[in-house]
Amino acid sequence: METKKTHGGVHARRVVAYIVLAIMSFLCLIWFYILFINATRSNGELSRGFTLLPSSHLAENFVNMLHSTQPVARGMVNSLIVAGCAALLCTYFSTMTAYAIHAYHFKGRQAMYTTILAVMMIPTQVTALGFVQLLTRMNLMDNYLGLILPSIAAPATFFYMKQYMDSVLSPSLIEAARMDGAGEFRIFNTIVLPLMKPAIAVQAIFTFVANWNNYFTPALVLKKEEMKTLPILIAELRSADFLKFDMGVVYMTIAFSIFPVIIVYLLLSKYIVGGLQLGGVKE
Amino acid sequence: MANEKTAERHGSSKVVRYNRWGYIFLIPFFTIFVIFQLIPLVTTIWNSFFENYRSGLKQIGPNFIGLANYVSILENPDLWKYVSNTLIMWVIGFIPQIVLSLLMAYWFTDPSLRLKGQRFFKTVMYLPNLIMASAFSMLFFTLFSDHGPVNQMLIAAGILSQPFKFFSSTVASRVLVGFMNFIMWTGNTMILLMAGMMGIDPSLYEAAEVDGATANQIFWRITLPLLKPILLYVLITSLIGGLQMYDVPQILTNGTGDPARNTMTMIMWLNKHLYSRNYGMGGALSVLLFILTGILSLVVFKVSGNADKAKQAK
Repeated sequence: METKKTHGGVHARRVVAYIVLAIMSFLCLIWFYILFINATRSNGELSRGFTLLPSSHLAENFVNMLHSTQPVARGMVNSLIVAGCAALLCTYFSTMTAYAIHAYHFKGRQAMYTTILAVMMIPTQVTALGFVQLLTRMNLMDNYLGLILPSIAAPATFFYMKQYMDSVLSPSLIEAARMDGAGEFRIFNTIVLPLMKPAIAVQAIFTFVANWNNYFTPALVLKKEEMKTLPILIAELRSADFLKFDMGVVYMTIAFSIFPVIIVYLLLSKYIVGGLQLGGVKE
Repeated sequence: MANEKTAERHGSSKVVRYNRWGYIFLIPFFTIFVIFQLIPLVTTIWNSFFENYRSGLKQIGPNFIGLANYVSILENPDLWKYVSNTLIMWVIGFIPQIVLSLLMAYWFTDPSLRLKGQRFFKTVMYLPNLIMASAFSMLFFTLFSDHGPVNQMLIAAGILSQPFKFFSSTVASRVLVGFMNFIMWTGNTMILLMAGMMGIDPSLYEAAEVDGATANQIFWRITLPLLKPILLYVLITSLIGGLQMYDVPQILTNGTGDPARNTMTMIMWLNKHLYSRNYGMGGALSVLLFILTGILSLVVFKVSGNADKAKQAK
């Protein structure tokens, strides 16, 4: 082919590209490999130096972690509750908000749309002070409601849903359902929601992960030991004099917080990476 | 406009009745937004005008003091120290991040290269973005601690004779924070830039190739200039994210910002005010951050607005 001739450098460029990609992949993965190896090794083995091969203490470290002074298993259940509920509420109500803007031509619609987009960039940290005061007054400290309910108003998820809806939902479909006498709320639940399933799945994963990883706000709200989520327990592990700890258990606790997300991600990566390219981009 | 209105009134009252549902479906969003975001924002601003803190066991205030909190926070050299800490660590992470994500996005979208395993590479590089930042930071702390695996390896390899204390060195600590941010955000930036590059009209490349342009020339003269709006978008959103830097340095240094508070970020400082219940100063700091992000967001809106207009013009 002609292109091959005119680009004698293509081969060389390809080699450089593969080398850089390999190095970057190595830099992205090596930490999790080391984490896995160290989680399989006993405290004694860890103090003797690093090895590339796993050892046989995975189960032992896991049992020790469950019986450690930190309620790690409880923390995981707590994280699951908060992240799961937030993902559900966030996707359901963001789709609803997107539907309101997409399907109805009411007065002030454009203003509402702009408002929602404008509040997208308010960082949660700058309202944290008032947020904590509010929860204290509402008697919602040490309560998951204060962490779950705010996810109903998620402008970024709304924006994604709106983009997706513009491409899949036609007015004639809604018209047809109305002819059949279906109510507006029913149309939303039985026709719009199923159509939006792919977008809901992608956003549910992202909201789940964001809440699973969230540290700043939960650390301000959750004070009772049995209420704490995993990131708060990780922070406590850091502030304890952990060098006296069984290091195998320390690595196991970190792995316990990181690996569930990695496993779910690898199982669903096809949809996640594809979904990112689909509508996550605001150009 | 008038025609539209009369049409609505006379045409079908049904349509109007349907459209009422637009408001109804917006109720959950705006209720939650007002309660959990707007009210906290207003009370945060309100707090910034009051003297309100604890001194030992004694509660001082709240007393209205106008802008005194802002004056004292802007005169506090700590603010500028933490602003520059935050920016330095952001830059350390952002430069390799933008360079590598640009390069990789360019390679992935270059049809003449036909790289194999694209999905594998994209999947791997996006992975760190989903990792719990606090756990990732804790992992780095254990790996780079005085007797951790990294020091063990360096000593075993004969490079060091005794452990290097990473967390006693300002440079090493800042580089570690920047490096973690680089690892966590490169994949995300790469995917954003790829979408931008795929939006470039292929005929431009074809024309350049016919004219005998080299790959380098095509990158610098076509790809980069056309990518400018997206690059600006990436730069500013990354800066906004950088200003909110918290989890990584907080866990890495156990909230102290050591060595010598050289890794203390603005949000870590805000967090300290919240824990010590210094609401006046915390409020003032929040408002400053809010204004700063607001200005940067406006720039983003302008940039993406211009990009939209350019697209429509096409």
